[in-house]
Amino acid sequence: MKSLRKYMNKIKPAFMPGGRLAKLQSVYDGMETFLFTPNTTSASGVHIHDGNDLKRTMITVVVALLPCLLFGMYNIGLQHFLAIGQPAASFWTMFLYGLLALLPCIVVSYVVGLGIEFIAAQIHHKEIQEGFLVTGILIPLIVPVNTPLWMVAVATAFAVVFAKEVFGGTGMNIFNVALITRAFLFFAYPSRMSGDTAFVKTDGILGIGDGQVVDGFTGATPLGQLATHVGDTLQLNNVVGTPIGTCDAFMGTIAGSPGETSMVAILIGAALLLITGIASWRVMCSVFAGGLAMAAVAHACPTPAYAASLLDPLAQLCYGGFAFAAVFMATDPVTGARTRIGQYIYGFMIGVLAILIRVYNGGYPEGAMLAVLLMNAFAPLIDHCVVSFNIKRRARRAAAK
Amino acid sequence: MTTFKLTRGYDLKLKGGLTTGEVDGMAKLSADYAVVPDDFTGITPRMDRKAGEAVKAGEPLYHDKNHELVRVVSPVSGTVKEVRRGERRKIEAIIITPDDQHDNRVTLDLKRPAMEVLLESGLWVMLRQRPYDVVPNPDVRPRDIFVTAFDSAPLAPSLRTVMGEREKYLAKGVEVLATLTDGKVHIGCRPGEELDVAGAEVNVFDGPHPAGNAGVQIAHVRPVNKGEVVWTLDVVTLARIGELFTTGMVSHDTVVALTGECLGQPRMVRATMGCRMSSLLNGEPLDGARIISGNALTGVRVEANGWLRAPYRHVTVIPEVSKPDEFMGWASLSPKRFSLYRDFTSWLTGNRKPVSLDARVKGGERAIVRLDEYDRMLPMDIYAEFLIKAIIAFDIDKMEQLGVYEVAPEDFALAEFACTSKLELQRIVRQALDRMRTEMS
Repeated sequence: MKSLRKYMNKIKPAFMPGGRLAKLQSVYDGMETFLFTPNTTSASGVHIHDGNDLKRTMITVVVALLPCLLFGMYNIGLQHFLAIGQPAASFWTMFLYGLLALLPCIVVSYVVGLGIEFIAAQIHHKEIQEGFLVTGILIPLIVPVNTPLWMVAVATAFAVVFAKEVFGGTGMNIFNVALITRAFLFFAYPSRMSGDTAFVKTDGILGIGDGQVVDGFTGATPLGQLATHVGDTLQLNNVVGTPIGTCDAFMGTIAGSPGETSMVAILIGAALLLITGIASWRVMCSVFAGGLAMAAVAHACPTPAYAASLLDPLAQLCYGGFAFAAVFMATDPVTGARTRIGQYIYGFMIGVLAILIRVYNGGYPEGAMLAVLLMNAFAPLIDHCVVSFNIKRRARRAAAK
Repeated sequence: MTTFKLTRGYDLKLKGGLTTGEVDGMAKLSADYAVVPDDFTGITPRMDRKAGEAVKAGEPLYHDKNHELVRVVSPVSGTVKEVRRGERRKIEAIIITPDDQHDNRVTLDLKRPAMEVLLESGLWVMLRQRPYDVVPNPDVRPRDIFVTAFDSAPLAPSLRTVMGEREKYLAKGVEVLATLTDGKVHIGCRPGEELDVAGAEVNVFDGPHPAGNAGVQIAHVRPVNKGEVVWTLDVVTLARIGELFTTGMVSHDTVVALTGECLGQPRMVRATMGCRMSSLLNGEPLDGARIISGNALTGVRVEANGWLRAPYRHVTVIPEVSKPDEFMGWASLSPKRFSLYRDFTSWLTGNRKPVSLDARVKGGERAIVRLDEYDRMLPMDIYAEFLIKAIIAFDIDKMEQLGVYEVAPEDFALAEFACTSKLELQRIVRQALDRMRTEMS
């Protein structure tokens, strides 16, 4: 490591003000603090600091997302080979196919997002903030796999600039940046974001997985099928028309956005987030509680006009992006409620709204994204109300003397 | 006696703690002594003595510009060697060369009102008031007086040891203070070390640091409201006040705990207030170490040739940088990298063993991201994070509503240690309190 340190010291002058590459100072600083813990010691206040910092926090979230990412890659391959009628393809072929399908999207999301972060840091003469490490991996996990890369780039740029940097960067944003990306795509290019062609990649990549889709193929996700369902009896199918059940949804071998299909992978990530204490268990549990409650209400009066009400409550939690939103989106501490009591309310309302939108809004089968964004807007209000109890208590105390 | 059970906070166990409760003899004689005006927040110094003038122990060195009676006295008899000034002629230190006349100290006439005696003795400036955490304004009668009888900060000595034989003066001290307030004199003790002092209301605080902070104790007993003033002090000062009103003299000797992992043998020595660090540390090789007068959370950094600072009882010596150029420290999986958070692995070991911590910040300053960081470390009915945000925005109404009058910078010290966003909370709170004090007066 000494040689690396020496090398970094050697190239440092070029990046300092007045140097040849002074415009890239934030990039250099970012790399340096990434590689070596700064030797800066405390100048005021406490003389000792906890070993934790935001880099570690963000990286831990990225690690928690890895099971979803890896399973997502496998599942992209699985859905593809099902669609072309080769369900016997090996695990590694499927995984490799998924990797090749997802990698460009990951690269685009990181390059665009981090690029903007670097520029913003350079303009403000601040250190590069780590927030986008998580956002950059969330974006490929929640956009449909067939989204053109230029759309991903445009949406990411829009979200990073207008949902984050204009508010002051990491820690200052009001809305979840990854969800703004998704929402932007959904409302700007609705035809590409839903329907039968968005979620299953059917073309071969680099010679892997070439083939014709089989007869009877439909790329509709289970929630997509619900949206167009008619009749009293409900049977969801996979991409080639074979019936599926809650168990498949729990494992994640169904069509959908790469990260959101597998409850198993999401729960592994949830466990990591809860053990490390980065995510609030109050929020996470309340989202599931709210979702279950609303799903139970909907299921208690099933209406064929709203096909999703035919699903039993547990199945509701397994399908679509609900669980992913509960574990990774709702628990974003920056955009959520920050008081303890507020977290219960915030989480519960997300759960209720997600299922409410899913069941009773026929045109829009996925409610989790909008529910989280809506509650993002209300989180400061919830906190304000909770804190006002403290304020009132203090005022009463002062008046009572 | 009421017991308060505190759950929030954390007892940080650092390496280099005291092994015995015994005092290990006298410190070496110090070449000179210093009084540092920064130690007595809220006073604008006006010098009473010039360089070269003789001064008795207990005679004033300077007084407050706004209150002539509030004075800071010399701890020793001798000559004023230098009034050291810094930028904009701010007085940084008043240095006194001692003579050998240890008995050359001021004796006060105790027949006068207690307030006058206390002000003249110089013990006054050891008191603090809430709001603003400054030396109290003598014109305002306090609602209550809070005495903390233990220091819960990392590596801190037992205040009963520091107090030593003076414990016998506690009752007298309480008797005097009780005449200065319409309320009560509260003493906050640690379980198992309850003091029994006539005239005082004794409360027990069972919990981790910052349970020993007067502010935390006030919050549990009777919080400060807008418009109210309470005084806070530690039990050592209380005993000194008792001694003053018994003997007519203030003694400026103290017991100092020398702690921290850089010291060969952590120990306690007898010394005089304001003595040189070198006389305490006795020439130990301390290259690359940070010498802190006070504890590692709220203390002041001093140079090896600097002086002991108020409250004159604790020195901590920690490494400045124990791992220079640590490679990707944020990715560490080692349980030796201490953290209160479970993203690092040190929690798996139970965090029971004393840990080694250096002075590195270990991260860059960021916006507040993680939840509950401050509230977990502050056992008060206060939304710490919202208060800090109101303070940063300097929204006085909001600060008042959220309880700014109840806090002192030291109450946020543990939160500052734990902050993953590395915000300088104590500085933020101190500056806001100072600014508020000028705007409200």
